[in-house]
Amino acid sequence: MQLHVSTGDGVPIYLQIANQVKHLVASGRLAPGDELSPIRVLAHQLLVNPNTVARAYLELEREGVVQKRHGSGTYVSEGGSPLARKERLRIISERVDALLVEARHLQVEPQELLRLIRERSQAIQPKEEK
Amino acid sequence: MTTSTQCAAIEVSCLSRRYGSKTALNQVSLQVKPGRVFGLVGGNGAGKTTLIKHLLGRLKPENGSVRVFGFDPVADPVAVLSRVGYLSENRDLPAWMRVDELIRYTQAFYPKWDTAYAEELRAQFGLNDRSKIKTLSRGENAKAGLLIALAYRPELLLLDEPSSGLDPVVRRDILEAIIRTVADAGRTVFFSSHLLEEVDRVADDIAMMFEGRVVLAGPLDEVKEKHRRLILRFDSPQPSPPKLSGVLSISGSGNEWTAICNGKRDEAVAATARAGGRVVAEDSPSLDEIFVAWSEAKTT
Repeated sequence: MQLHVSTGDGVPIYLQIANQVKHLVASGRLAPGDELSPIRVLAHQLLVNPNTVARAYLELEREGVVQKRHGSGTYVSEGGSPLARKERLRIISERVDALLVEARHLQVEPQELLRLIRERSQAIQPKEEK
Repeated sequence: MTTSTQCAAIEVSCLSRRYGSKTALNQVSLQVKPGRVFGLVGGNGAGKTTLIKHLLGRLKPENGSVRVFGFDPVADPVAVLSRVGYLSENRDLPAWMRVDELIRYTQAFYPKWDTAYAEELRAQFGLNDRSKIKTLSRGENAKAGLLIALAYRPELLLLDEPSSGLDPVVRRDILEAIIRTVADAGRTVFFSSHLLEEVDRVADDIAMMFEGRVVLAGPLDEVKEKHRRLILRFDSPQPSPPKLSGVLSISGSGNEWTAICNGKRDEAVAATARAGGRVVAEDSPSLDEIFVAWSEAKTT
């Protein structure tokens, strides 16, 4: 599990970590049942505060992406995120809106955007499912 | 009130200090919770070192109060200093001592000294037992200072500009020491720095000081989430920076301007609309940009 944090932009480090783990899970580089690096190990590796890593893991746990197992570690959840479908669609709709606004500002037509989404979707598919 | 004083690692209330006609500290209040890393940010001459001297009891408050683990550092220096590991900005170690002598000398003051840990740090830092302090490089000197601040496993590690003038490898050692300290349950770190990249990495909470005053304090994530960077576009070129309510600082020229706001985003957006502009992009500023925005807000 290789993550990178950058302090150049304004995104809080715990969010950077949480988002990157989600990305790894979505792209199949972390599979259900895989163990995340222990908090202290990751803190040392990224040279960030262990409290920050703990907060990122807590966030991921709250969203159901990972699960803590008593007395051992933090693992990628089996069977994906337990969030209700409606809730998941609501979250993703917000992202879509932001994307549409940005596309409009950059004068990218919706048709072109759809093509781009399909293209990117294929690019991040886990290899075995291609 | 009593409970919160007992809980806080550091509690500073309304602390003021003057040097002649210059106000070094102006009504400074801050609280450092145990188990957290607290970063004190400010430019040169903001009052950071003066504040740290008060925490160590080297300066007596003219006004206000200072408590470290509930103790007054001036009235009860032993209770405070036995719990605090301190690395000064000037690294004033005795130049004539050898590294092993420095370790033995410091050890004598601290019953809780951890010999094995001291040796582990000495090896990790690559310090030679037989080297005289005065022959050490700047980086080695900082590591020697850090070693004697850490080896009795203090409840509070107090670092004054720990990274200033050091190369990235030594800075990494110092960041690792901070991370290790706070990972050891319940211990607290308080450090001052003007290297915001490092503060961003390791701090849980920050306070920002300008001209002796704390202008901003809180959990770092909250501070970052509350500040927004807005790119504004106006229909007609603006000859001078538009004055917009809710905006902390503004820079740019012509039609496009960058505004930084703190918590008053909606107010800033409304003010922009009234001034004949609109927001074309919005994101989060870095800690660096937040710092610059506040320093500009102070001077205007």
